Amino acid sequence: MDILQICIVIVVLLLLVKPVGSYVYHVFSNEENRTDKIFGPVEKLLYQIIGLKNRSSMSWKKYALSMIATNIILVAVSYLVLRLMGGLPVNPNQTGNMEASLSFNTVISFMTNTNLQHYSGESGMSYFGQMIVITMMMFTSAASGLVIAIAFIRGVTRRGGGLGNFFEDFVKAHTRLFLPLALIVTLVLVGLQVPQTLDPNVTVNTLGGAVQHIAMGPVASLESIKHLGTNGGGFFGVNSAHPFENPRPLTNVIEILSMWTISASLPYTFGRFAKNRKQGWIIFSAMMVLFLAFLSLTYFSEKSGNPLIHDLGINSTQGSMEGKEVRFGVAQSALFTTVTTAATTGSVNNMHDTLTPLGGLAPLAEMMLNVVFGGKGVGFVNMIMYAILGVFICGLMVGRTPEFLGRKIESREMKLIAIAILAHPLIILAPTAISFMTHLGTDALSNPMYHGLSQSLYEFTSSAANNGSGFEGLGDNTVFWNVSTGLVMLLGRYVSIIALLGVAGSLSRKQPVPETIGTFHTDTKLFGGILVGTVLLIGALTFLPVLVLGPIAEYLTLR
Amino acid sequence: MSGQRKSMLTGSIVKHALKDSFIKLNPVVMMKNPVMFVVEVGTFVVLLMVLFPAYFNTGGRTGFNLTVFLILLFTVLFANFAEALAEGRGKAQADSLKKSKKETTANKVVGADIKVVNSTELRKGDIVIVSQGEMIPGDGEVIEGLASVDESAITGESAPVIKEAGGDFSSVTGGTRVVSDRIKVVITSDPGESFIDRMISLVEGASRQKTPNEIALNTLLTTLTLIFLIVVVTLAPIAKYLGVALDVPVLISLLVCLIPTTIGGLLSAIGIAGMDRVTQFNVLAMSGKAVEASGDINTMILDKTGTITYGNRMASQFIPAGDASLTETAYWAAVSSLKDETPEGRSVLELMKKQSMGYDESIAAGGDFIEFKAETRMSGIDLQDGRHVRKGAVDAVRQWVLSQGGSIPSDLSAKSDAIASEGGTPLAVAVDSSIYGLIHLKDTVKPGMKERFEQLREMGIKTIMCTGDNPLTAATIAREAGVDEFIAESKPEDKIAVIRREQAEGKLVAMTGDGTNDAPALAQADVGIAMNSGTVAAKEAANMVDLDSDPSKLIEVVAIGKQLLMTRGALTTFSIANDVAKYFAIIPAMFMVAIPQMQALNVMHLGSPLSAILSALIFNAVIIPLLIPLAMKGVKYKPMSSARLLSRNLMIFGLGGVIAPFAGIKLIDLIVHLWI
Repeated sequence: MDILQICIVIVVLLLLVKPVGSYVYHVFSNEENRTDKIFGPVEKLLYQIIGLKNRSSMSWKKYALSMIATNIILVAVSYLVLRLMGGLPVNPNQTGNMEASLSFNTVISFMTNTNLQHYSGESGMSYFGQMIVITMMMFTSAASGLVIAIAFIRGVTRRGGGLGNFFEDFVKAHTRLFLPLALIVTLVLVGLQVPQTLDPNVTVNTLGGAVQHIAMGPVASLESIKHLGTNGGGFFGVNSAHPFENPRPLTNVIEILSMWTISASLPYTFGRFAKNRKQGWIIFSAMMVLFLAFLSLTYFSEKSGNPLIHDLGINSTQGSMEGKEVRFGVAQSALFTTVTTAATTGSVNNMHDTLTPLGGLAPLAEMMLNVVFGGKGVGFVNMIMYAILGVFICGLMVGRTPEFLGRKIESREMKLIAIAILAHPLIILAPTAISFMTHLGTDALSNPMYHGLSQSLYEFTSSAANNGSGFEGLGDNTVFWNVSTGLVMLLGRYVSIIALLGVAGSLSRKQPVPETIGTFHTDTKLFGGILVGTVLLIGALTFLPVLVLGPIAEYLTLR
Repeated sequence: MSGQRKSMLTGSIVKHALKDSFIKLNPVVMMKNPVMFVVEVGTFVVLLMVLFPAYFNTGGRTGFNLTVFLILLFTVLFANFAEALAEGRGKAQADSLKKSKKETTANKVVGADIKVVNSTELRKGDIVIVSQGEMIPGDGEVIEGLASVDESAITGESAPVIKEAGGDFSSVTGGTRVVSDRIKVVITSDPGESFIDRMISLVEGASRQKTPNEIALNTLLTTLTLIFLIVVVTLAPIAKYLGVALDVPVLISLLVCLIPTTIGGLLSAIGIAGMDRVTQFNVLAMSGKAVEASGDINTMILDKTGTITYGNRMASQFIPAGDASLTETAYWAAVSSLKDETPEGRSVLELMKKQSMGYDESIAAGGDFIEFKAETRMSGIDLQDGRHVRKGAVDAVRQWVLSQGGSIPSDLSAKSDAIASEGGTPLAVAVDSSIYGLIHLKDTVKPGMKERFEQLREMGIKTIMCTGDNPLTAATIAREAGVDEFIAESKPEDKIAVIRREQAEGKLVAMTGDGTNDAPALAQADVGIAMNSGTVAAKEAANMVDLDSDPSKLIEVVAIGKQLLMTRGALTTFSIANDVAKYFAIIPAMFMVAIPQMQALNVMHLGSPLSAILSALIFNAVIIPLLIPLAMKGVKYKPMSSARLLSRNLMIFGLGGVIAPFAGIKLIDLIVHLWI
């Protein structure tokens, strides 16, 4: 039954990849199509309002700068709102202003599509803040990430002509993708009894005579974009484990598919742009192989439960249910966990802190790789980076200067990739190491030894991968954690984006080399294998020592 | 390959290389190779701990530290040795070239006089006279006279070649010897910049610059080194939180095992050896970049004459005319050629042999041979019995027969037209007043060329044949040789146009040439190989020079270029794949004392933590010298499709790279564990 549930979701995903991937392609190919009639007038109006007269294609530098400038403005406005929201309207529960370091952490967290939450939504955020900062950024950060991936795809598949116009892409991502989809998903969720209201919290007298405040609010609208945009920041502190955010197995499946589908469709979109759909499917397959491996690890590890509890003579045949919701069970929880860390959403429907050691290893590893589908766009771009690396190393073995999609991979690309590939381990391992050298870091750990190590490691990995989920035992609302994870999120987001857009810009200027029988073809199963191998050898080996000290040591000492 | 240089690996080269391995320890030199530089720094740190155990508080572990120091030192030395060995071989080649560069005197023309000067005093533009037995004092061009020159010093080919003023055979190379006659030469290079000088500095590796692909690969290797540096440096504080203390030598051992030392240590040796292999083929590459580019070639432009065909017209068929039988036609064709020493004449007899048709040689005994003359356009023999046998141009023979009152077979002109339309040349064979038939002469494709073009196609390389022939002839040869495309009636400008067209499609083009006309095209091509017999202009424009002047060598050069890139890729893959086993050796060893359960990760069942670390480190060091032969010779390359090539190399170097160190480390551990 468990396996069947998982299979059904995966099959539905497989069916969605092609139509959604094609749709995304049509949105951004800038060729005329039927949807222009529906969305064209709205977009024209928007272009007029923002004064976008010139919609010409941009160089990679201009594209990156436009994206960063836009994000900086959004960050500035949001920071002010959070600092002043106590006095702003739509605050029926009279939430106060947010503290400075927490505000810094929160705006960075949402702008970078991380949604690491060091605050609790029920008490720390007004409805105005939820809507104007949190929900707004959920749209804009997702759109930023997606259009970066589109620009990157244009760069590696097209010759010359720049990477497209950032502002046009940014508007289109909203009008044609996120807004309509969010509207649909919101209505479906409301239909499935997820609350959507501006009324204040409900206060009830329980049968036991106590007074209980039940937190409410515009939950469904946030919930939909939270997943569609692979954001993950919950309306409530416990995120999608909360019965108002995720009331039933069906909403659980909808949320899984919402966060997974667009990320999983990007390889297909890429195949359309590259005029080589097989290429897209090969990359998709490589991602899927890795995904299934991690899913199996989590599922079987959770299913076999905790041996210590078993030794106490407690029946653990249903697996490890600690920190899981009974309405989801092990299968729906394992799937949610694997998807949310694969797509770097970061919403949780069970507490990752209480996963079994190896069950917790899988989400950690997925975020360390950051290529298994990945967040809005970024994961895909990272996967292509590994593809280029794989091509560079193995391509030499066919006796030619390595080429990817007909473009030579040379020193300039390797230097830019070097920046991106160095940044990820650096911003995970260095702050983790620092956190263990100071009591500022170690004080926050709620567990000793290996699990404590995993808590800190998870926090920084989640920040670096812009995932946002946490090993929530960590007492992380301190200046040290707010600032350190804030910086890691910033670097994790923008360093690789800029470097990889640079790669795309550089590749797009190259004269494509025609394909011959002597070319290293990248649309083959063999290349799919090489891609998985490169990810595992270069990506995973980097983190093996620290994983051995964390989850693996915990596992070995537990059994 | 008549003059292939032997690859030399003598005791003195090895001795020199051993010495150089230590000289190269100089950190300033080492810094150019970031991977090995990190190893050297690590070696130095461990040395300090061995020397001052009290200061570092490492008293009890000096023995272990000393062992680690020695293994690390040898890792660096092995890498240095690989590079020194490759350089040494290059130097040995250069030395043999230098011998030809002995100082000589020159007869310099000053006004009307001749002054004897030292060859080093000659400057560009000076004119010298070189007579029989003298050494040509510098690179130059013959401006007067004709002489045969012995160029064996640079080509290894002992037969002298003719050099004459004007035309495509006017360039001479300094250090070669005039064996007959006397020529006037204008010097075209200043001392130290001559062709031989450049060759020497190139093969010595002195002026070696990193090629683009090498730079890109170096970036990747440096990045991997930095990543593992981050991993190891951060590991110490993280482990300390768990109460696991990690010694610095152990961390350095882990770092050295993880960074790609195998490829890092062999990278420059691979590059030098690649150049060396080209030189062994008697081709001089002006830069490593050119050798690398030749691996990427998409299109090859080849001259028909001399490269694809012999350039001589050879008899390919006997065609009887009128009432004559095939045997008769062949018989008289053979008789007419019995004393004919021209290639055409000999080819007739060869064709007879090939078709195993007999003829009586004695019939020609005492006969008078009639030589081919431009006026008569016939040759043949007047037999002792009074019969006159002739072969020659069809209309000439027809006139000759008619003048003796003979008649012309009715099918003759149709048959000769048929031959001409196929691009061949018909020769008529006649005895006195009767014409027996025709000999079909055609340009013959060199044996093996068709197979080679087939291989090139498998490698994804398109071949274009250039010829001055008419389109019909060109098409015939093209079909026979199996080239992909041809340009008939080609002028030198056509070659450039074709190169530009191909380059506009993003293709890399290689070509060979020798004439001054070819110079612009040689310069335009991505890989241009000039024949050593060619003009100075052609050699200047090209980026490789073939000393044997064998244009078909272009194909080998492409294979060498590919081999060079493949070797780099294979060793990089091998090096990275090795890390899996090294992790399984060192990680459990590092933590086993503090966390006994880590024994589960010790899949190789290595004897003890210390022996595990040392074994991994020893494997890491020893693999470098073990792979030196592969780096020098290059990965075996057979032309095949990229998909097959890739899966083959992936199996050997990828999968092999994962498995080999498991076996290797286990074996070393079995020995090392005897002590610790």
